[in-house]
Amino acid sequence: MIDEKGLRTDGRRPNELRPIKMEVGVLSNADGSAYIEQGKSKVLAAVYGPRELHPRHLALPDRAILRCRYHMAPFSVEERKSPAPSRREIELSKVIREALEPAIFLEKFPRTSIDIFIEVLQADGGTRCAGTTAAALALADAGIPMRDLVAACAAGKVDGVLVLDLNDIEDKEGEADMPVSYMPNLGLISLLQMDGSLTFEEFKQVLNLALEGCKQIYKLQKEALKAKYVAIKEEVETCLQS
Amino acid sequence: MKIYFENRQIVTPGDLLAEGDYVAGNNTHKIGNKIYASRLGLVEYQGKTVQVIALNTVYIPSPGDQVIGRIEDLNINGWIVDINSPYKALLRVSDAINKPFRQQKDDLTSLLDVGDLILAKVIAFDRTMDPLLSIREAGLGKITHGQIVKVSPAKIPRIIGRKASMINLLKKETECKITVGQNGIILVSGPTPDHEKLAILAIEKIAQEAHTSGLTDRIAEMIRREKGVKS
Repeated sequence: MIDEKGLRTDGRRPNELRPIKMEVGVLSNADGSAYIEQGKSKVLAAVYGPRELHPRHLALPDRAILRCRYHMAPFSVEERKSPAPSRREIELSKVIREALEPAIFLEKFPRTSIDIFIEVLQADGGTRCAGTTAAALALADAGIPMRDLVAACAAGKVDGVLVLDLNDIEDKEGEADMPVSYMPNLGLISLLQMDGSLTFEEFKQVLNLALEGCKQIYKLQKEALKAKYVAIKEEVETCLQS
Repeated sequence: MKIYFENRQIVTPGDLLAEGDYVAGNNTHKIGNKIYASRLGLVEYQGKTVQVIALNTVYIPSPGDQVIGRIEDLNINGWIVDINSPYKALLRVSDAINKPFRQQKDDLTSLLDVGDLILAKVIAFDRTMDPLLSIREAGLGKITHGQIVKVSPAKIPRIIGRKASMINLLKKETECKITVGQNGIILVSGPTPDHEKLAILAIEKIAQEAHTSGLTDRIAEMIRREKGVKS
């Protein structure tokens, strides 16, 4: 998995992220939306709300409820995936919801719901992190008040080497995988999962590696959010000059 | 006492805006003595107050607001109105007509029916109750002609402009009557559909470029150019 030069299967150094592309406001029917490409993983997120909640009895008198659906398209993996929500997707929906919940001022919209839809178009590892990152962008795009953006990134251990942002093969063949979601400005971790095995010392190093990755992703998130409006601003300014 | 951005710079949720003895204004939150942005928008420092002018928001009703809504349903003593907000509004018969209403004899649909658009005023709203509307004021009531434009409620202050400069410009140049609902729905009615089309075009341009400066002048120029093409 790691060659003699210390490079990984896709030619990356151990502490390097995959190339990331983010775009905000890609769906006009949603209140907020975002698209992210992280290496070969491609994920779309849409946010609706705050809106009136149906069924009504789920409404809370003091805050909005957050609902999240993580879903993999049937064509997102090599062997067709049944479109019905699997055990794994139900779990990831819950985990992503809980990763985003602490960032949102839910108490500002009592009796309503905020709905997040995360659609994995192509999966190559790290989709729960890419999904969380995209969902945070979509929430900000929808104009929902937040304490901070949530950036997510995985780190792990492959062939005895601690690596950042695992892809599908590294995740399956490696010794450990640890997805982390982080709110950098507040310094709070909102998701931390791990499978595989690490020593205590390795655990600390992998966690720090993942947090560094989250900080890099956070920067890209901010740029992506601003890009939508800066483009219009620049267009106007060039129009004025000519 | 330290600020981290310049006036009218774009900020994202979680950005540290100021530290020290400042007051947290709209769309910001305070942790300790640090003020952070809570929405995507333009930061504004005014004396001791730090606020963010949001680029996109949802409409939260507030008493006194003028809104445009659509009748969605009716029940025994009033109508349910969609006002482009997370909360459905109620319009009671007693807030719609001056004379007493006889439930057995009178027909609600003869006044307002499902699908009708109304211009109304919010008279009450709090966190526990759906907003109440009233149309018992001059100028309010059923909308009978004109065209509707929908923009983000965050853009409404920009469409009105400082001391209503933008809206007055639009009214004068396009010869249209423009009624702005605080909920992001705007009614345009002019002498001909062409006039209305021009006003709608201008409103959409304002909404799109709301975060840029020198907008009033550019809109004036655009309207004159469009009018020149036609005549």
